[in-house]
Amino acid sequence: MAEKKVEKKLKNGVNVDALLAAREALKKAPQAAKFTWRASCKWQKGTHSRSKVKGFHGLGEEQKHKTEFSFDVDHPEIFASEDIGATPVEIVLVGLASCLTAGVAAVAENRGIKLRSVEAQLEGAMDIQGILGIDSDVRNGFDDVTVTFKIDAENASKKDIEALVAQSQKRSAVYDIITNPTNVTVKVA
Amino acid sequence: MLAERSIDHVVLERGEVANSWRRERWDSLHLLTPNAQARLPGYRYDGADPDGYMAMTEVVAFIARYAATTSAPVRTQTAVTSVTADGSGYRVATESGEIACRSVVIASGACNAAHVPALRAAVPESVACLSTLDYRNPAQLPDGGVLVVGASATGAQLADELRRSGRRVVLAVGEHVRLPRMYRGRDVLWWMEASGVWNQRYDEIDDLTRARRLPSPQLVGTPEHATLDLNTLSAAGVELVGRLSAIRDGRALFSGGLRNLFALADLKMDRLLDTFDEWARAGARDGEFGSPVRFESTRVPERSPLELDLSSGEIRSIVWATGFRPEYGWLRVPVVDHKGHLRHDGGVVENAPGLYAIGLPVLRRRKSTFIVGAEDDARDIVSHLAGYLDETAR
Repeated sequence: MAEKKVEKKLKNGVNVDALLAAREALKKAPQAAKFTWRASCKWQKGTHSRSKVKGFHGLGEEQKHKTEFSFDVDHPEIFASEDIGATPVEIVLVGLASCLTAGVAAVAENRGIKLRSVEAQLEGAMDIQGILGIDSDVRNGFDDVTVTFKIDAENASKKDIEALVAQSQKRSAVYDIITNPTNVTVKVA
Repeated sequence: MLAERSIDHVVLERGEVANSWRRERWDSLHLLTPNAQARLPGYRYDGADPDGYMAMTEVVAFIARYAATTSAPVRTQTAVTSVTADGSGYRVATESGEIACRSVVIASGACNAAHVPALRAAVPESVACLSTLDYRNPAQLPDGGVLVVGASATGAQLADELRRSGRRVVLAVGEHVRLPRMYRGRDVLWWMEASGVWNQRYDEIDDLTRARRLPSPQLVGTPEHATLDLNTLSAAGVELVGRLSAIRDGRALFSGGLRNLFALADLKMDRLLDTFDEWARAGARDGEFGSPVRFESTRVPERSPLELDLSSGEIRSIVWATGFRPEYGWLRVPVVDHKGHLRHDGGVVENAPGLYAIGLPVLRRRKSTFIVGAEDDARDIVSHLAGYLDETAR
């Protein structure tokens, strides 16, 4: 019997039906849910490095993005660098922003909320005495990260939107990575 | 109910009737349900304080009287050592002999052992650790600071009690359920029952696995009908920190995601109160109650530490209010999943004809683990069981 493909009108362009179907399928095949994300990095010059992302592992086999993504990352001139790319910590903020934003869209789709616009402003406060080794009581990383969302939706109250943003954090990978301890092993081959 | 249908049965109890409430609960514990909700088939609380909350000794007496009143065929001091499938029935082994039966109802509950996370192994030796099954009263703990892990009903109650004992209390807050004790003049659990929320069936719930794992709501049973939420605790001087995520080199590390957990709990509470208000309005009953109110958002501490040095001597003990788990080592039938939970459909154990469970979280309804929830679930289970016995007798 031929399958009839019904085009469901997506409110925000997130195919939640596919995600929910994947969720059901993975409940029965937990091994397939084990993903490994990858990035490789090549130093260029000074503090400038170029990282590439293409392949990853998931659903039991090697996968790859349609194209290879490239990231030039550097430090700004006030750090006596060339400013060829954004700083590593800004990339982290980008990671958080994009993870939460994708989550807002997915949760909104699932809840039948039509988004008109979603914007996020991020700030990561950092005392650089930490990374410069001036004061060992000061941590290297962010003291505080603040994310401010401006969301306009067709059929959602302020409470609905707050709930969207709360749920997005609850299911965000990068939010978890940043707010909770994560094991990192650095080896030398 | 089995007696009503002339189904021959026996109730096995490893200790005395109401054993858990006699032996495994702390001294000051009271029910968090009002006494008026202590209702079992044909039997109810008839004391002088229907709006109050029974102490454990009273709960024990209540259940023991019920057993006596109904002449339940209870064999006490009869621990079950194994249950195995045997032909068309089951063989139940106890220390005083074996019982062959056609059907078994597992009523041992979901709280047989304390669930303590694996990271407990990294706690420095100098810090005493107690689970909530071990805890009896503040005097048990060494003087000095206490870290309470978990902001469930138990965690909140113990944090409060320990704070009153004059100790420094740090409460590590993970996912939690916030409720006011009183709403529009009535007990919040009165609303849960009256509005029908408690009656919601397991097969009507979207994420049943999640519903079954919800921590107990932050409630306490006191004569003042006090609300016990994080705002109450922080006002009393309990220090709130994020979920205990790791212990590294003797330092406890807490999540930085505390704010969002507060937001999630506040939003969930508001949605529930909306449900109550809608029910009152739809039934034209608004006049019976006070006006709808909403409560202050959970206050976020100005500076919430992300870590605590457990070897410094500031924290002398940890109380693990991290939940319970059932214990099924005695159940030699392959019906337990990889997480240690029974595989069942509304109390009918899967792939084990004649095997049933009762008294598990959201077994058949949201009220399944509350006293008042026992009757409806029992009726459903007994009905299924009776049908099974009839069918297999032919």
